[in-house]
Amino acid sequence: MRKLLIFSTVLLTLISMLYSCQTAEKVEQDAYYVNGRDIYIAQCQNCHGEKGEGLAELSPPITDTVWMKKNRSLLACIIKHGYATPVTIHGKVYEGKMPDFNMADIDLTQIIVYVTNTFGHKQGKYTTEQVAKDLQNCK
Amino acid sequence: MRDTKAIKNSDGSAGVDTVYQTIPAFKLLNQDSVYITNEHFKNKIYIADFFFTSCNTICPIMHRNLKKIYGKFADNPDVMFLSHTIDFKYDTPSRLKTYARKLGVDGPKWQFVYGPKDTVYGLATKSYLVSVEADSTDKQGYVHQGYLVLIDKDRRIRGAYDGTNPEQVAQLEKDIPVLLAEDKK
Ligand code: HEC
Repeated sequence: MRKLLIFSTVLLTLISMLYSCQTAEKVEQDAYYVNGRDIYIAQCQNCHGEKGEGLAELSPPITDTVWMKKNRSLLACIIKHGYATPVTIHGKVYEGKMPDFNMADIDLTQIIVYVTNTFGHKQGKYTTEQVAKDLQNCK
Repeated sequence: MRDTKAIKNSDGSAGVDTVYQTIPAFKLLNQDSVYITNEHFKNKIYIADFFFTSCNTICPIMHRNLKKIYGKFADNPDVMFLSHTIDFKYDTPSRLKTYARKLGVDGPKWQFVYGPKDTVYGLATKSYLVSVEADSTDKQGYVHQGYLVLIDKDRRIRGAYDGTNPEQVAQLEKDIPVLLAEDKK
């Protein structure tokens, strides 16, 4: 009985630790999303639009879920260093020039969490560690 | 922008009249490398602004908004558009052409014009009353205001609206038919 009590206490502690860890992470990701939305409105919306619809042929929409899934690990580089390679979005080729944004890793993470979880995307969490790693592979 | 002056009414009593700023004669190269002048806007009202094709801050917002108005008046030949580039180094007519095509408005109704720095900056600051400046400390090299300036058939400024402000753009959209109706009288 005593053993069982200890066992279940330990188990309960472990579960609650895991749980609070998960909620802490969720809280953090939610904060990233909200801050990322602020960054989007201030820095990206002029070109990419309120609903991510883009601006005619000048700026592509950022609503292509297939492209976004495939290229999530490129986003940090694209945003930090700008981008001028033609991109095919929803089957249409765009040849523009995306400006560079000298952002800290944390801001890059927040904007990435936002753009990969809004406008029809649902890619879940992203971390500053992943961003730091992505940035090492910029072309 | 709008000034008043004291006048004598026809009955001899005193009154005030509005004095509007007038746009002088100009001659500028458009996106088809053709010179255009005020003649192009004769008997039309037009909306003028100052921008540059590589501007990545306020210009996309101004032109996103202006394009909506362009769409609303697409079938009205009395309404025209005139965008002046302030990037005298880079924005040649062919760049303007590409920009117009990409914005989806390449046609005679919306003119994109290029001119020497002094000409365009003079028009902006002295005639349309929009502040523009080449500024080497700015990341993009230019600082300018995002006004959309409404000009009547007599080349007079009848309103200036912040092209990045949705309420002011909505007001511009409402003021256009009013001005058109006034000219019909
Ligand atoms: C001045 C306009 C402009 C601004 C501001 C801008 N972009 Fe872009 N963006 C572009 C253009 C143009 C391209 C296409 C570049 C190319 O053709 O290589 C692009 C491409 C992209 C792409 C990849 C293609 C796609 O459509 O999915 C993403 C993602 C993106 N931008 C996100 C952002 C984010 C996030 C911000 C804000 C931090 C931002 N952009 C700010 C113009 C802009």
